Amino acid sequence: MMAAALRGSVVTLAKGLTGTGPWWQQLAARSLNMTASLGGPEAPPARADATFKVTMVPGDGVGPELMTAVKEVFKAGDVPVEFEEFHLSEVQHMDSDEKLEQVLASMKTNRVAMKGKINTPMEFKGELAGFEMKIRRRLDLFANVVHVNSLPGYSTRHNNLDLVIIREQTEGEYSSLEHESVPGVIECLKIITREKSRRIAKFAFDYATKKGRSKVTAVHKANIMKLADGLFLQCCAEVAELYPKIKYENIIIDNCCMQLVQNPYQFDVLVMPNLYGNIIDNLAAGLVGGAGVVPGESYSAEYAVFETGARHPFAQAVGRNIANPTAMLLSAANMLHHLNLEYHSNMVSDAVRKVIKQGKVRTRDLGGYSTTGDFVQAVVGNLRHRPMY
Amino acid sequence: MASNVWRSMLSHVVGAAKRPTVCFRRGLQTVTLIPGDGIGPEISVAVMKIFESAKVPIQWEERNVTAIQGPGGRWMIPPDCKESMDRTLIGLKGPLKTPIAAGHPSMNLLLRKTFDLYANVRPCVSIEGYKTPYTDVDLVTIRENTEGEYSGIEHIIVDGVVQSIKLITEDASRRIAEYAFEYARNNQRSSVTAVHKANIMRMSDGLFLRKCREVAENFKDIKFTEMYLDTVCLNMVQDPTQFDVLVMPNLYGDILSDLCAGLIGGLGVTPSGNIGANGVAIFESVHGTAPDIAGLDMANPTALLLSAVMMLRHMGMHDYGKKIETACFDTIRDKKVLTGDLGGKSKCSEFTEEICRRVRDMD
Repeated sequence: MMAAALRGSVVTLAKGLTGTGPWWQQLAARSLNMTASLGGPEAPPARADATFKVTMVPGDGVGPELMTAVKEVFKAGDVPVEFEEFHLSEVQHMDSDEKLEQVLASMKTNRVAMKGKINTPMEFKGELAGFEMKIRRRLDLFANVVHVNSLPGYSTRHNNLDLVIIREQTEGEYSSLEHESVPGVIECLKIITREKSRRIAKFAFDYATKKGRSKVTAVHKANIMKLADGLFLQCCAEVAELYPKIKYENIIIDNCCMQLVQNPYQFDVLVMPNLYGNIIDNLAAGLVGGAGVVPGESYSAEYAVFETGARHPFAQAVGRNIANPTAMLLSAANMLHHLNLEYHSNMVSDAVRKVIKQGKVRTRDLGGYSTTGDFVQAVVGNLRHRPMY
Repeated sequence: MASNVWRSMLSHVVGAAKRPTVCFRRGLQTVTLIPGDGIGPEISVAVMKIFESAKVPIQWEERNVTAIQGPGGRWMIPPDCKESMDRTLIGLKGPLKTPIAAGHPSMNLLLRKTFDLYANVRPCVSIEGYKTPYTDVDLVTIRENTEGEYSGIEHIIVDGVVQSIKLITEDASRRIAEYAFEYARNNQRSSVTAVHKANIMRMSDGLFLRKCREVAENFKDIKFTEMYLDTVCLNMVQDPTQFDVLVMPNLYGDILSDLCAGLIGGLGVTPSGNIGANGVAIFESVHGTAPDIAGLDMANPTALLLSAVMMLRHMGMHDYGKKIETACFDTIRDKKVLTGDLGGKSKCSEFTEEICRRVRDMD
């Protein structure tokens, strides 16, 4: 514990002396990350001498394997992050409300978390909302951001893609409000509120402004769901007026899907309600290489959770050592960026990109034969050759 | 001896009375044709010409569909169109324009309600000669068309909070599942995949899934799988060859069928059919009315033509269907005479003439 803290401080000192890391940034209290623009409390204040504590919930399926990969890479790279693990799972009977409270308390303290997918079984006993939904609602993680980037060195049918998909995550079709009015007739409610639609629209435009994006497209089905998606669209249009520098368009969801497979380059930032977001996240992930390569994050005004972009437990791969850890590693790099550990963030993401570009070590989903372990070893190997700034 | 002859004669007569009236194969079959708006009339004329050169035994009854207000203020389609469809039971429809703020619901919705068109079938097959990044696509999306998220039941609860209701019923789910499996059997398809989101919408999609599973029990020769909607989207853009027949509720069907249309080249080349209760079937082209090129002989009749081929197959005239489809695909593959949207410079009439020529040469 002491040794780790000491090591951490030595590294920071070394960085400061050689000027390789942004030490001046680390000493500053206000961080230049996403949450700053939202006006709420930002990431944990930079502590130049201690490790950061991050909650980790491996989840189901290949989640634990991917988290092991992250821990190995972090250890090899001397990243000053300490994980607080919680094993929460609905399908493996490791669920209980106390466990959920523990996880939430830890997340609230640490403010940053890494998460795998917590599978929601199809049968339900009592409550309709699964654990993932509960976590999202309790922490109010309203925005899910998936940055879809083509990986250099891995070509798909559409190359050089660079899209951002922003999805409202707490309401919409996932409200878990269903009832059987008459035997054989089931109603499921989709709720859209002005407040949340405005909030996600503002988030999208703020994100676009911050990252220098030129266009925001709202995705909807207001020609059929006139009131619900109509309200969403109206809120987006209202917020768009406050950002004259950013172009605003809207597109119907089925046309959007068609355009994404024919000409995805016409889109820049997409913002949409819950269900359409799920569809488009997965579609876009498929365009650049699948669920194994796209990282994603969820934000609330106070917390940030880092996970994969397309959320699948991938149960068929459990124990076979074939899952692709790229998405989780890139997400971990994003988390380090959020914590202002710029140096380590670049180190991890550069190593991962280098391995993909070289193309020698590739997991099954990218057409290779390597195992997860091989890939992690390759990344660790590339960590040592850190580029000197 | 005489009693034997008498008995056999009697059994013949009784048998004939009991035998169901077989489909009229020898005579001309009538089909209701709804040309539609915009480029509708041109492409309908093209299809009629091609059918003529193939000598298909069909006679067309043209009808117009404009919303009229019936007794009681309810919007409905013109009675002569309804009467014609009820009689012929088969329809071919061009694109209809939905004027905004006309006060009446869309024409497509009216047709759907009038004839209870519960299944929308869209076969998506890659067209050789029209290159897209996705090759070897060969799947069929079957979408429940009457309920689900598009029930149109929405209300403003309080100012700023809107609720939209998604309705799933046992009957509609069972009906669409049965149709999907029968379609698979009749068209020699090997598997049916139910697409759902029952991990999130546990009760509604759970019911849909249960019905699909029950119906699958009666069709043991067809493989039944179930997949989450997001997994389908993910895999569809990476490898569309793994899918065969997909069956799903309304909203997912809308999105997925357009996604699949995008894989093969867009709405201009995708056929579509709507099956109703009582044996009614309306085949249509799903693209828009394209008012900017209407009347300029630039339209591409492929979508309506392929829908008409679907119609022929539905009516049992498989050889005519195959002939016309082959002629159409050969023309596109040759790339010599193509309309503007397919990348060529020919006119609609030239494209039509080329297909007619091929059809005639095939005889």
